[in-house]
Amino acid sequence: MVSMTHTVHSPADNKTPVTGSKLVKSGLADMLKGGVIMDVVTAEQAKIAEDSGAVAVMALERVPADIRAQGGVARMSDPDLIEQIIDTVSIPVMAKARIGHFVEAQVLEHLKVDYIDESEVLSPADFVNHIDKHRFTVPFVCGATNLGEALRRITEGAAMIRSKGEAGTGDVSEATRHIRTIRSQIAELQGLYTVSPDALYVKAKELSAPYELVVEVARTGKLPVVLFTAGGIATPADAAMMMQLGADGVFVGSGIFKSGNPAERARAIVAATAYYDDPARIAEASRGLGEAMVGINVADLAAPHRLAERGW
Amino acid sequence: MTQPVVGVLALQGGVAEHLAMLESLGARAIRVRSASDLLGNDGAPVVHALVLPGGESSTMDRLCSAFGLFGPLREVIAAGLPVLGTCAGLIMLASQIEDPAPGQQSLGVLDVTVARNAFGSQVDSAEVLLEWMGPSTTPDHLDSHPGDSASHADTGDTAEGHVDVTDAVTGHLGRAFDLVSGRAASDADVALAPSGVVRAAFIRAPAVTRVGDGVEVLARYQESVVAVRQSNILAISFHPELTGDVTVHEELLGLVRLEAAV
Repeated sequence: MVSMTHTVHSPADNKTPVTGSKLVKSGLADMLKGGVIMDVVTAEQAKIAEDSGAVAVMALERVPADIRAQGGVARMSDPDLIEQIIDTVSIPVMAKARIGHFVEAQVLEHLKVDYIDESEVLSPADFVNHIDKHRFTVPFVCGATNLGEALRRITEGAAMIRSKGEAGTGDVSEATRHIRTIRSQIAELQGLYTVSPDALYVKAKELSAPYELVVEVARTGKLPVVLFTAGGIATPADAAMMMQLGADGVFVGSGIFKSGNPAERARAIVAATAYYDDPARIAEASRGLGEAMVGINVADLAAPHRLAERGW
Repeated sequence: MTQPVVGVLALQGGVAEHLAMLESLGARAIRVRSASDLLGNDGAPVVHALVLPGGESSTMDRLCSAFGLFGPLREVIAAGLPVLGTCAGLIMLASQIEDPAPGQQSLGVLDVTVARNAFGSQVDSAEVLLEWMGPSTTPDHLDSHPGDSASHADTGDTAEGHVDVTDAVTGHLGRAFDLVSGRAASDADVALAPSGVVRAAFIRAPAVTRVGDGVEVLARYQESVVAVRQSNILAISFHPELTGDVTVHEELLGLVRLEAAV
């Protein structure tokens, strides 16, 4: 014993704060539940989103509808833009990194964004690996079209999942398909848990997901992290439908700032998300909003232009 | 034996965690989303206590204003309904917000000033063990020694201590109920949790930067005040509902029992 330090023993000796734990990463997502996360491309839009009751904003250079229209490679946004938005609002700021682009993620963590979206809306940087999200203090949200994909992302360290839908279309059908798929796959596991738990081994194989996570989902009947819905939500009724289908909250991308009256629409979608099971309030919120985004029918999109198919 | 009914404001945020924790402590927990969930036809509260959960305070503020919950919430809390605010809930209760979102209001029932996001962005969010100074029996007399659990117990045993507490928590429900756990409803020191340690999660947490008269400090983190009590109001910056630590929720149910014992 060479230490000269005088140690004071108290009940709260072990007081060193632990940052970046699973609990604080998924805890922020827990605090976003029941809320709307809005895509914004300028500080002014971020302000409108905050004023309208958004629980967080996603800072982007182009909303998905424009990425789709303009084509080319879509990448992480300019740090200047992200910092302007962080400085403008008091709610959490998220930003997107390309799938597998761990250096974009390092940059976003350095900029102190509150959440990173490893997103199929940007052009993938790695067609094999996703980012090892355990190596970061900042939490990640990832997209999924089915339960296996969601569990693989959680295994890599995602602290929040969003069903993908088809971003930038204003067509909610893919969002519906993905949230329904995830929920029904969870229900199936839950059924097996009591009836034939031995079948969960082969389920893990089919889902290409770790057995332990599959058992946890089967036992609890839910994902171990918060599940939001994204991709094509354009109206208050769309948002409320996602909530009734079991989403914990919604992302609205192009749907707000590509519409006729963004502030009104944003407030209306926030209200419909909070009161998702109250048709009178959804009706009230839906009145006089002006033009919704024009949109594209997903069925008309050629396969290579479907963003949801990115991610593995 | 009736159970205490605790309402959790369920407009947005970490609602399910509070509901689960309250149920695990034997209370009946209900979601409060409109004035009719809070007040009966006679205008009296239909709950014995209220929780304002964590979430985005600016979002909850806008929904409260848009859907007519501000007045009823302020009314029942001012009338003495036991209430626990966590994180965004603390901000909603405060009399002053240092850095409000544009147009953001608060209920103004708790005489403190709060600063939002006082500990930095999400990368600074942390789990920590906090020294917890359970509320003293004399919230109006701040010369008590919260660190000394022996003196706590002594004060709690005196008739004088008992009277102070029941005076501090103004009765308003007008109906008593039996205790959840079967303890006697007259057991005044159920609110006297011993000084101890709380496992806390701070998530983009606010801090109390000014403490008014009659507001007792219950915990500090990095020199900042992060837990306070003012008679029927408990407010904390952190999230025990995420870590599973029941200390603070038990304090809330203790306030309900005191109320019932009046």
